[in-house]
Amino acid sequence: MVIANIVQAVNMGLKQELARDKKVIVLGEDVGVNGGVFRATDGLQKEFGPDRVIDTPLAELGIVGASIGMAVNGLKPVAEIQFSGFMYAAFDQLLSHAGRIRMRSRGRFTCPMVVRTPYGGGIRALELHCESGESLFSHIPGIKMVIPSNPYDTKGLLASAIRDPDPVIFYEPMRVYRAIKQDIPENEYTVPLGKANIVQEGDDLTLIAWGAMLKTCQDAVEKLNNKYGVELIDMRTINPYDADMVINSVKKTGRCIIVHEAIRTCGFAAELIAAINEKALLSLEAPVVRVTAPDVPYPLAKLENYFLPDVNRILKGIEKVMSF
Amino acid sequence: MSLEGNMPKKVLKEFKIESLQILGEDGSCDESLMPKLSNDEIKRIYEKLVLIRVFDQKAFNMQRQGRLGTYIQFKGQEACQVGTALPLKDDDFIFPMYRNSGLLIVRNQPIVQILQYWGGDERGQKAPEGINNFPISIPVGTQSIHASGAAWAAKLRGTNQVACAWFGEGATSKGDFHEALNFAGVFNLPAIFICENNQFAISVPRAKQTKSDTIAQKAIAYGIEGLQVDGMDIFAVYKAMKDAVEKARAGNGPTLIECFTYRMGDHSTSDDASRYRSKEEVEMWIKKDPIERLEKYMRKKGLLDDTYKAKVLADSQDIVERAVTEFEKLPAPEPKDIFNYVFAELTPEQKEQMQDLFG
Repeated sequence: MVIANIVQAVNMGLKQELARDKKVIVLGEDVGVNGGVFRATDGLQKEFGPDRVIDTPLAELGIVGASIGMAVNGLKPVAEIQFSGFMYAAFDQLLSHAGRIRMRSRGRFTCPMVVRTPYGGGIRALELHCESGESLFSHIPGIKMVIPSNPYDTKGLLASAIRDPDPVIFYEPMRVYRAIKQDIPENEYTVPLGKANIVQEGDDLTLIAWGAMLKTCQDAVEKLNNKYGVELIDMRTINPYDADMVINSVKKTGRCIIVHEAIRTCGFAAELIAAINEKALLSLEAPVVRVTAPDVPYPLAKLENYFLPDVNRILKGIEKVMSF
Repeated sequence: MSLEGNMPKKVLKEFKIESLQILGEDGSCDESLMPKLSNDEIKRIYEKLVLIRVFDQKAFNMQRQGRLGTYIQFKGQEACQVGTALPLKDDDFIFPMYRNSGLLIVRNQPIVQILQYWGGDERGQKAPEGINNFPISIPVGTQSIHASGAAWAAKLRGTNQVACAWFGEGATSKGDFHEALNFAGVFNLPAIFICENNQFAISVPRAKQTKSDTIAQKAIAYGIEGLQVDGMDIFAVYKAMKDAVEKARAGNGPTLIECFTYRMGDHSTSDDASRYRSKEEVEMWIKKDPIERLEKYMRKKGLLDDTYKAKVLADSQDIVERAVTEFEKLPAPEPKDIFNYVFAELTPEQKEQMQDLFG
């Protein structure tokens, strides 16, 4: 075991997979000599050489598009997009190509690739450096969407994503990149895609989050000081998602609150609520409450605290769902 | 040394762009440029040109009769497609555009499958085992970067493959073209970019796509070789492609080949080209027809007479008609297959949706 934060867990996961499978290639802007702007790829080029850990031109469409070509011709590219807000340049490549290759070729060609990218706000960064676009990318058939919330899951989910036979977007919670530390195994392990995790069991209400919001939810639960028995669920994968775990939990608690830092309309909470309505409606004691960002562009630093869900908003949401 | 009053502009680099033509409109030929081809090989080339033209006309007719969906014709561009397909090996990667049915036929994609695709059946895009024919790209030019990626994988894996993308001149207006050529140049990849410059992107003429005099010269900015070839001249296209393939395999990097050609038909079966171009212009290009030009050459060489010409046409019609018969007898695709190729395994949600739809 070794103590690691999320960036270090990414680094360990990449290192493990690069060593394990010669087909794995890391590519992106500044990932080589510089080790990535967040140091997620630190030391990898030195260890595996410039043909395995590649500095590319500054071109997001090119990085993702070239990764698609690499993947169909036998490699397993793990591309880094420096900030998730820069991914939109490659959206066409993901939607029109990566997610459709298996289908369009009837399985003759596949696209096993990972696009890693730091996402989310709360770090007083520049415009378009704080985006939470998980719903956009989850609305693309043929692409998986993974969002870890802690170092252990980061390393295990990243290994699963790299070994997955289909394209995976791997959203890394930038805000807690270094804030959360855990003891994690140095040895190889995986965390399966598509499985949520019950972080804490409880009988009174189900609290659902993913990525950086998990930590905010934990802080809120702590502040509740056992006032209610909260069942806290970390989704871990947005597409495909673990509906069973959510449904079973809501059937038990009858109350649910979903927290995400993406904007509200068409956010992933809406999908979860639809699933709850379809399969657990009669167990509900109260309407499901959403605590999300409002439907506005991500504001600059001075106003970002009004945008992001925080402990107080979550507590308010909890009281609302409990007092219904 | 003081530069005061004496700072002339220096010429840092000078460039030239070459155009290659081997076969004249009258069937005359510059033997000094002629690629090495036996008489038999020339006949096989001729047969492929005729075959794909017969197919193209048949597919168009079938669309008009309601037996196919929208179809994209390539009449006039046969030499571009035969000439670029032939120098490649089966395991080389091709990333075609929608106007490349002829290319796919030469790359041994069964004709019945090409009909299947245009008839709305996804199974038509499944390449035969061992032949790396990637599904055609419907978005314009977005596949060029895949050629760079596949070529990159070939280089890193040491497979000796070449990867190629085909697109029209309209695609060169898009950023994808830039990123593809830039990556190929920076990493010196075994990639070949073939621009079938057919003068029109639906109705918009080439002059409104770019101020460049040629598409070929765009290669210069990426530090890679670019040349223009007469796209109605099968020998010129073949030679340029063969040279580019050899260069790529030898590790000497990518090439941009501009095939200067003409789309003799409409953009698609939903288009009417008479709205935006004159009869005179079309007639001028018909005189450059790639197949007639080769016939003139072959007659002079004693490789073609009326009997052989009629036989090639009849054989081609026979091949195409047999494929059409087979196509029209095919069972409908399995409905559940809309789910079966999205991921390697169905997701729980997909399983449920499949159950909802099909019981």
